[in-house]
Amino acid sequence: MQNDVILSMRKISKAFPGVQALQDVDFTLRKGEIHALMGENGAGKSTLIKVLTGVYEKDAGRIDLAGVREDIVIKSPQEAQELGISTVYQEITLCPNLTVAENMYIGREKDTLVHWKQMVRQSGGILENLGIPARPKQQLASCSLAVQQMVAIARAIDMDCKVLILDEPTSSLDEKEVAMIFDLMRDLKARGVGILFVTHFLEQVYKVSDRITVLRNGELVGEYKTEDLPQVELVARMIGKKLDDLSVIHRKEISYDNGGTTAYEAADLSSDACPNPFSFRISKGEVNGFTGLLGSGRSECVRAIFGADKVSSGKVAVQGKPARIHKPKDAMKNGIGYLPEDRKVDGIIDDLSVRENIILALQVMRGFFKPYSRAEAEAFADEYIKALDIKTASADTPLKSLSGGNQQKVILARWLLTHPQYLILDEPTRGIDIGTKVEIQKLVLKLAQEGVSITFISSEIEEMLRTCSRLIVMRDRNIVGELRGSEITQDNVMQTIAKGAE
Amino acid sequence: MNTNRQIPGALGRRREPLTDTQLLLTITICIFIAMYILAMLVWGGGFLRPQQLFDMFNNNASLIIISCGLTIVMVAGGIDISVGGITALVVMSCVVHLDNFGGSIFTSVLLALGIGLAFGLVQGYLIAYLKIQPFIVTLAGMFFARGMTTVVSVEPHSAKHAGFLALKALRIEIPWLGYTAKNGNIIPGRLEIGVVIALAVVLLVFILLKWTKLGRNLYAVGGNPQSALMLGINVKRSRFYSYLISGLLAGIGGFVFLTHTGAGNATNATGAEMNAIASSIIGGTLLTGGVGNVIGTLFGVLTLTTIKSIVLASGLRDPWWQSITTGAMLCLFILLQSVVLAGRRKGRTRVRTAVPKRFRLQRKT
Amino acid sequence: MPGDLRKSARFKGKYTQLLVPIIAIAVLVIFNLIRDSSFFSIALTTNNDGNIVFTGNLISILNSASELAILAMGMTLVTSASGGQDISVGATAAIAGSVFVKVLRGGEITPLTIILGFLACCVVAVIFGAFNGALVAVFDIQPMIATLILFTCGRSIAYWINGGATPTVSDPIIKAIGGFIPGIPIPTPVFIVILCSLVFALLFRFTNLGFYTQAVGINQKAARLNGISSTGIKLLAFIILGVCVAVAGCIRTSRLGLINHETILSGIEMDAILAVAIGGNALSGGKFRMAGSVIGAYAIQALTTTLYAMKVSSTEIQAYKAVVIILLVVIGSPVVKDAAARFWARHARKTRLSL
Repeated sequence: MQNDVILSMRKISKAFPGVQALQDVDFTLRKGEIHALMGENGAGKSTLIKVLTGVYEKDAGRIDLAGVREDIVIKSPQEAQELGISTVYQEITLCPNLTVAENMYIGREKDTLVHWKQMVRQSGGILENLGIPARPKQQLASCSLAVQQMVAIARAIDMDCKVLILDEPTSSLDEKEVAMIFDLMRDLKARGVGILFVTHFLEQVYKVSDRITVLRNGELVGEYKTEDLPQVELVARMIGKKLDDLSVIHRKEISYDNGGTTAYEAADLSSDACPNPFSFRISKGEVNGFTGLLGSGRSECVRAIFGADKVSSGKVAVQGKPARIHKPKDAMKNGIGYLPEDRKVDGIIDDLSVRENIILALQVMRGFFKPYSRAEAEAFADEYIKALDIKTASADTPLKSLSGGNQQKVILARWLLTHPQYLILDEPTRGIDIGTKVEIQKLVLKLAQEGVSITFISSEIEEMLRTCSRLIVMRDRNIVGELRGSEITQDNVMQTIAKGAE
Repeated sequence: MNTNRQIPGALGRRREPLTDTQLLLTITICIFIAMYILAMLVWGGGFLRPQQLFDMFNNNASLIIISCGLTIVMVAGGIDISVGGITALVVMSCVVHLDNFGGSIFTSVLLALGIGLAFGLVQGYLIAYLKIQPFIVTLAGMFFARGMTTVVSVEPHSAKHAGFLALKALRIEIPWLGYTAKNGNIIPGRLEIGVVIALAVVLLVFILLKWTKLGRNLYAVGGNPQSALMLGINVKRSRFYSYLISGLLAGIGGFVFLTHTGAGNATNATGAEMNAIASSIIGGTLLTGGVGNVIGTLFGVLTLTTIKSIVLASGLRDPWWQSITTGAMLCLFILLQSVVLAGRRKGRTRVRTAVPKRFRLQRKT
Repeated sequence: MPGDLRKSARFKGKYTQLLVPIIAIAVLVIFNLIRDSSFFSIALTTNNDGNIVFTGNLISILNSASELAILAMGMTLVTSASGGQDISVGATAAIAGSVFVKVLRGGEITPLTIILGFLACCVVAVIFGAFNGALVAVFDIQPMIATLILFTCGRSIAYWINGGATPTVSDPIIKAIGGFIPGIPIPTPVFIVILCSLVFALLFRFTNLGFYTQAVGINQKAARLNGISSTGIKLLAFIILGVCVAVAGCIRTSRLGLINHETILSGIEMDAILAVAIGGNALSGGKFRMAGSVIGAYAIQALTTTLYAMKVSSTEIQAYKAVVIILLVVIGSPVVKDAAARFWARHARKTRLSL
């Protein structure tokens, strides 16, 4: 068996300022194997891949590639490609305006002239060989996303790769398309290519992979044969508790407000990004959570509630009265606040000052013609900088010069300032230090006591256990279960996620 | 879009769906032919004579050449508004060189090419390697060229160089495409020397864009610079070459302009850059880059000219109508492109585009 | 602490933004004083209309930069919100001026008809601004390309409005608007610029225009999630620019007493964009300081006037301007900045080593 190993990474470590991203991680890839790399956000998957593809340089450890000299150093993606390590990313890195054949050959032909006929013939052969349903002369953009992914894979294969890294290639594809990609992967496997497969969809892992390596917090949890590791255990390993420990955990005492008045209610709500209609209600002073692995549709659901994507159907009632929420401003007027999942893209306005970022939402609600005076704005900003202990040189500092955790607090302050009746927090603790995480959790509980309804989403299930009195469990873009009160244990959550497929 | 997901080899010689470039090119050619036929049917007269078509070429040879340069730049995702200024500078410099400094035709051609290359070199370097916005750089280029034109000479100059005048008067006669005048004489179709150069340029640029590595790299860079980089293309160098070629073609365009008018004037080729941009857009070159074809640009120039002829023929003789119709056509084509391509893209990716739903066309699969 | 250094650099950056145009003006002033010490002398003279007025290069700079300053204000907003520029302002100003003249020539010129004319030309300019704005905000077309349409045909529309002529208007009130109000020795356009600046100051003080525009320009997605309509803000920016265009068109028409569709404010779009850039505002949108653009406008005019005083012909000035633009953008380009920073860092290390 040992001869089959084509790639071995030993004791790989990589640190970023303040974070140990990888600590002594081992990874082995064998010939003709599909190897899934699993772990929640921040587990170190992408760091490991980037070390392998030369985007980052490792701090310690060694990488051996069969057939190449031992202990290699990879400095750039170009070098990785030359060594036979190809990567296909989640976002397609081809040119949509060119033909399929060109996309397979551009950037690596030596001649000044383009030999169209030869190129088309060769690429046609490869496509046929791999069973990819694309024609060489077709414009890439006219192919479905799945086929585009396959073309990217074909390009990688033609460059003679031994190790193929697929970084979430399926996250934007539908079931049929995923099946097509899987067929191609199995085909490649039969040809002896080693495939490193990263995905957030559990089901897909069990469909194609032979082995699973699990990472958590930058450390190796273990390497398993897929058939030896039931789904429940995989989830447990990813999240970090052994099954035996799970029953021991006791939830903190939070009363489940059963008789409370309904703060928000939605029936058959759906949006462009969240096509499967769902129904949902939340009471006054309740903290509920949407849980499920990344990509399960939890963020899309809450975005639909806030009207962040185009709402396509559904009835909504706020405080018992029917409401029309089609765009964020409607939601804000109805007392809903939303802290977005992706702080950089959707949350911060980085060039503006902390003060302006804090008062933004309240200012918008107050209206275009009623700006707050400088003194008022300063008072608001100072109040919340103090209350949330935001570390900034002054309220005038541009937000982009603050650390991630402080930026998040500024956005939290922005919504707290509007005194919402219903606050949606999507991953409020992502990428922040532990101290701040605890602060935010405490704040959530305090707000709930004051009567604010809160939806809390986190990849770290322990946080949800500590704060939520009701958990809605999602899997593959559908709600698969709801846990209340004492039912909320990690064990139950995992069982529900794992069973959700049935 | 591809409906049958068969293995490609089994498909045989099935016609491919049009690429974006081909689609826009087809639209342009269809519109041009439809318009020309309409003009022949409604207004007859001049439109029935081949000479009408020849004159379109004669009058627009230099515009065709500089539009080709602009198409290259726009395909690579940039913009060059200095071409009109360069043309004017070349025209004036060549005239003064020929008449006052005893230059020959050969040296004046060299001068024209030199000026064009110099502009292309500097602008290309500033844009590609120093990453300055192309609009600002080429705007400054335009200012500089226009200013230098008046430095060369404020007074209008007519060429008196004998050899040059012979070149200017040179006509290529095509007897079988002529027409019979009222007195019975057969007047052959006449093409100026500039048209030959223009058509040669179109052919060369077509080959460049279609058959060379550089040309295809330009498409890739315009389509998605990030991807192009990942695919191993030297994005900076490709961009640099696009401006270099554009400058060179503006130089050639300037010389051809001179063979047509025979005189240099500070206001020569005023607004040529905008006409060239408009021609490229009408010819199906996408403003955002990555899509375009030089044949389309040729038809873009012809379409613009035909519109102007039609406006004249239909009795709207006031001078403002031509440019108002040009503006209206431009508006139409910009909207058409935006809508058609947004519609095409809709079925393909689930990325939300900025064009609102009601403006997108549904694509049937 | 590199973090602190960066912070303090940014903090300084906020105030140094105005420094570039101010230094540009200062350099010009010093240059002129060395060249000709009487360059800035101001005299009281009697003009052709019998008014006692100030004359001199300084007054001339203040006066002739008026249209540019007003357009630069509007252009700043458009640049900030859309990340692009409107190249049709000169052409639209020609249309606005033509409408103004058309209304005035419709009958007797009274203060009422002047106000009516101004309102009419505002309405027309706003419509054209909204047309540009709709292409940019709704159809998501790049601003430069969208405004290329009106750039191409705007002057012809103006020509059409005038029916192919270059009509004149002569009236004491018009003269007062474009020149001097009897008894006041300072040119009226200067007051109009002050008025416009006041209006913008009030707009920024009593509405959220500036705040929303910057938010949209910096992060459109985040602005939308906080309830700001990015489409609306971009449209509004183009409409406000439309009003600025109307004002500039009326000033220039009154100043000349005639409308020539071909030459009126020709090439001013490029100067306006330049003013925005010299004012230290990013042409890619986002944060802006309108004061910078206004000072930038005066810097450009100071350069022009200086060149005139040096007997450079009006057409050659373009070439000099081009060189100045290129120098400015090359100095400001990120690549050059990085290289300079690296050079200084190395230099600093060397000196430290040698010490």
